[in-house]
Amino acid sequence: MMRSFLMAVALAAASTAQAQGTIKFAILGPMAFVQGENHWAGAEMARDEINKAGGIAVGGKKMQVELIRADTNEVQSVPDATNATERVISRDKADFLIGGFRSEAVLAMQEIAMDSKKIFLGAGAADARLGENVEKNYDRYKYWFRVTPTKSPDLFRSLVAILGSIGDQMRQALKKEQPAVAIVAEKTAWTEPIMKALQATLPKMKMEVVGTWQPSAVATDVTAELSAIERAGADIVFTVISGPVGISLGRQMGERNMKAVAFGINVEAQKDEFWAATAGKGNFVSTLDTYSEVEITPKTVPFVRAFKERYKKAPTYTAATYDAIMMLKAAIEQAGTTDADKLVPVLEKMEHVGTAAVASWDKRHDLIWAVGKTAGIGVQWQDGKKVPFWPPEVKGMQPFKMPAR
Amino acid sequence: MLQDILVTGLVNGGVYALLAIGFSLIFGVARIVNIAHTAFYMLAAYCFYSLLVKAGLGFAVSGIVSVAAVTLFSVLCYRLVIEPVREHESAVLIATIALALVFQELMLFSFGGHYLGIPSTLDGVVNLAGVSVPYQRLLILVVAALMLVATWALLYRTRLGLAIRATANDIEVASLMGMNVDRVAMATVAISVALAAIAGVVVAPVLVVDPFMWLSPLVTMLAIVVLGGLGSLKGSLIGALVIGYVEAITVFALPSGAFLKGAVALSIMVLVLLVRPEGLYGVVFEEER
Repeated sequence: MMRSFLMAVALAAASTAQAQGTIKFAILGPMAFVQGENHWAGAEMARDEINKAGGIAVGGKKMQVELIRADTNEVQSVPDATNATERVISRDKADFLIGGFRSEAVLAMQEIAMDSKKIFLGAGAADARLGENVEKNYDRYKYWFRVTPTKSPDLFRSLVAILGSIGDQMRQALKKEQPAVAIVAEKTAWTEPIMKALQATLPKMKMEVVGTWQPSAVATDVTAELSAIERAGADIVFTVISGPVGISLGRQMGERNMKAVAFGINVEAQKDEFWAATAGKGNFVSTLDTYSEVEITPKTVPFVRAFKERYKKAPTYTAATYDAIMMLKAAIEQAGTTDADKLVPVLEKMEHVGTAAVASWDKRHDLIWAVGKTAGIGVQWQDGKKVPFWPPEVKGMQPFKMPAR
Repeated sequence: MLQDILVTGLVNGGVYALLAIGFSLIFGVARIVNIAHTAFYMLAAYCFYSLLVKAGLGFAVSGIVSVAAVTLFSVLCYRLVIEPVREHESAVLIATIALALVFQELMLFSFGGHYLGIPSTLDGVVNLAGVSVPYQRLLILVVAALMLVATWALLYRTRLGLAIRATANDIEVASLMGMNVDRVAMATVAISVALAAIAGVVVAPVLVVDPFMWLSPLVTMLAIVVLGGLGSLKGSLIGALVIGYVEAITVFALPSGAFLKGAVALSIMVLVLLVRPEGLYGVVFEEER
């Protein structure tokens, strides 16, 4: 009994001593899913790089990075995500929170972080309300910053820019003044504003909307939808999809030898596993994405290569937890403290050259959208490889391809 | 558009029919409320994926081993989980829900939440009345028809089938007549799970394999079996085609309401039940018995 007690005291003392030399970053993500895996992998890379170089300089003292792995399970349960957030703040005593993926969960997680005045760098959710909160009630929500992706309206701006480029290529190839576009958007809250804006914008871009199909977010079969789209004579299938239906759509379009090309947001198509998941049928599927071996910033290519070497696959956008930790490192070293109130103004004025973007923030603490900086990239699956094609001015881009007619 | 609806409805109805046959047998004929039925379908899909894609075994070996392994596993599950509570329907219901959730979490733990794809057994596409139909979907139609005939023959042309129907009709009388009702129930579970496993092997290549793939078909299967009439294989086939066609019509007539296709199908089921509570062929089955 006495021996156990002494051991517990010794362990507690050791852990306190260790804690004195570390800064704790809680990495919040659905760890059983690709998004969480990438949250954690990006953070591990940042931790190892910083610790190998001696740590983060805080007022003349070097402190090591300590990561807390918090499985939010937010894909399945929002309460699990809020519980994980509570736990890392109250039990694990995290200094900073990074991550989140599903908007509904991140909105709730944001509240908990703000209650505790913890800096929370979002690395996954696009919902505009997260930034609107900062504008509406700055004193409460100023600790929130969005690192990736850009907010939903800015995702739309990127999509329209890429679609314009694809439309021009299609007009030349098909000798058709108005390419026909079928919109396929899963029925969820985040797709609604994008879909409505698309319906209004496409005619102005001299594109004909032949129909809008809205399968369920959990649908895994779109054969009926694709039959109707084929019959409608679509040249482009514009996707606004985050769920498994993105795989079914890519695979079933390939199986049917459809001549239309799919472009839009297809979260599943951003993953390296997409080609295998479509059983090699997902050729020509294209999507807005974040990482590829192209020079969005000077750090992008080395990071992607190092990530591939370590994890044997390419990073997805939630691996920008790497950038989040590096931003905080820069802010802490500049401010000489880990005090959240003192770090907020430093982050607000920062322009950080990261691996995913050249980041700077507006008054909502949302990334300022700019092509070649934060707008993302267009990628297309070509014969088993995810090939970057937009923006063309960035070094390393390759041509966008269309199915033979 | 009409030919699109006709072909798409038939092909999707075939997918549902294959899934519904086993469920009809266990739920409709044997009256065992096995909510884990589609979870076994999910296990078979994962097993098939592991053997075919990961281990590199051929389609035939992977398919046969998957069906056999999942069927044997279902017998074990029956002995450990269902048999002890067999007399209490609600307990069976709860036990099989728990079983399904355990399977789901086990797959989530083993494979993660990744969406996995299985190569088609038959590659290529055929043009039917101007509509592209992959060969794999035609294969599903053929397998569904074969399984339907085989299940009918088993139920109505064998002593085991007679025992299954007798046990389902009146378990006490069947027992008094000297039938080993526990063994009959176990055989019913094994046969129906074998059908679910066959569906997993044949249908999974056209869908996406993930730990939650058992939930959506469960609701649809329940609707089909209730719509067709409890215990009627013919009813299940008709129910599957009705749901397939209703979904196709919904998507073609109301593209922006494509997400409603499941809800429209279920609403029709409710309507049919209001007009004909025994389902489309429930009475016929009672007479046959």
